[in-house]
Amino acid sequence: MSSKLATAFDVQKVRRDFPILNQLIHGKPLVYLDNAATTQKPRVVIDAMVRSYAEENANIHRGVHLLSERATRAYEEAREKVRAFLSAPDAREVIFVRGTTEAINLVAQTFGRANIGKGDEVLITEMEHHSNIVPWQLICEEKGAQLKVIPITDEGELRMDLVDGLLTDRTRMLAVVHVSNSLGTINPITTLAEKAHARGVPVLVDGAQAVAHMPVDVQALGCDFYAFSGHKLFGPTGIGVLWGRLPLLEKMPPYQGGGDMISAVTFKKTTYNVVPNKFEAGTPNIVGSIGLGAAIDYMNGIDFAAMQAYENDLLAYGTRALTAVPGVRIIGTAARKASILSFVMDDVHPHDIGTILDQEGIAIRTGHHCTQPLMERMGVPATARASLALYNTKEEIDALVKALARVREIFA
Amino acid sequence: MDLRELYQEVILDHNKRPRNFRVPDPVNRKAEGYNPLCGDKITVFLYVEGDTIKDLGFQGTGCAISKASASMMTDALKGKTLAEANAFFEQFHAMVTAPANADVKTDALGKLAVLSGVREYPMRVKCASLAWHTMKAAMTAEHEVVSTE
Repeated sequence: MSSKLATAFDVQKVRRDFPILNQLIHGKPLVYLDNAATTQKPRVVIDAMVRSYAEENANIHRGVHLLSERATRAYEEAREKVRAFLSAPDAREVIFVRGTTEAINLVAQTFGRANIGKGDEVLITEMEHHSNIVPWQLICEEKGAQLKVIPITDEGELRMDLVDGLLTDRTRMLAVVHVSNSLGTINPITTLAEKAHARGVPVLVDGAQAVAHMPVDVQALGCDFYAFSGHKLFGPTGIGVLWGRLPLLEKMPPYQGGGDMISAVTFKKTTYNVVPNKFEAGTPNIVGSIGLGAAIDYMNGIDFAAMQAYENDLLAYGTRALTAVPGVRIIGTAARKASILSFVMDDVHPHDIGTILDQEGIAIRTGHHCTQPLMERMGVPATARASLALYNTKEEIDALVKALARVREIFA
Repeated sequence: MDLRELYQEVILDHNKRPRNFRVPDPVNRKAEGYNPLCGDKITVFLYVEGDTIKDLGFQGTGCAISKASASMMTDALKGKTLAEANAFFEQFHAMVTAPANADVKTDALGKLAVLSGVREYPMRVKCASLAWHTMKAAMTAEHEVVSTE
């Protein structure tokens, strides 16, 4: 059935939208399988950013002149596009940041600093990216709070049976990844949020690896904060989003001090601006936000159901193909997965795989993927990771498998 | 550049059967090396008598380049004085960090010259040099954990 659905998705048409894909690397057609690190940009995103710099560049929220008015409008339109993309109730809940990392740090340093005290607990999971571990460690250290961890199974699924026991009267935050960047596991956010809310615990979701692969409805998920990066959604680097529930954001202290986040300043006292400006000190990444808006426009033109069916089919095809390669073992075999094919190969270190694949024009990531505790849990120092996006094809998976035969040949 | 120039037989051989992959007994100096980019870890152990490296060995995990480099390094430095080992370090470092098109002197490095191919792969230079930085730290024993960053 899935392959029938997949034919409804025109991957060749999509590929033509991404100019970078049409090139040779070391004399071979580029096979870009490093989408979990960053995604490529469609022409419309590149054009929107060039047009912005060429035709309407000015600072926002300050000038009375026409260009400033246009730039301000474009910036706020991008915010509204993000709101609609996340099915959020209010555009004021969308805060522009540099990326997922800054979004999580913002919550840890504002909500966390105001609400986490000595003896309190922050609950995360064993499969978190360092960016959803370290910000919480920093605030826990500062406050004398404890970081607790939901373990995972050998397949890479959360031990849901342990969650209720790990949520206590002292838990002040549950911070969890939506889709694991190392394993591809899709976590049951709605269930986790229900469990956390039953104990009055707010939930932050790291959505960095989710937004490019599935529709995200923050209200349906039931979380309180959702973070993602523009560059993993076919947008530019340096722009990302923190979404948070308005009543929480309004109560939170500011993040950084500076221009735009104030309503009045004297040397005695400063009155802070309203949400979201309160969290956007200084001149923001205006053109980045416009690029992100263009990326969301692009994704709105994609049939998500067809895309998901296509990607699931591709992931299943890749899983079968890699499993059939002698000596290859897939790390992360959860029942619900997206995009990620992490693997190890007998007697060959992932770095050597990466170098040999590169010579074949194939770009993958090798290493610990900023998830060192997870690597330790899975008992591997590193993995090779192929990560898929909507423009990848079965022919590219075939090229990967063929190149792995070359790896085996060299390391015979 | 052909991959076979990077993955030469001698490198693949040292990767498969690393020499001195052991903790020597006795040991009087050691250091840990760590590459935060890939998570590779290595410990280099030395037994130094007077100013001579009487014995040395290594432990850890790493790619073929880093394992072969460590293995060949231990082969090359056994019985050398600390000053000679330092000179080896300098020449090896110069070789792997030289621009890809530059002529490098590898005569004194012997077998280690096979690692000159990493110059063509900037992302892999740290793999080749991790063991060497760790060895240098072990010799001076100024600090125990070194990092390639």
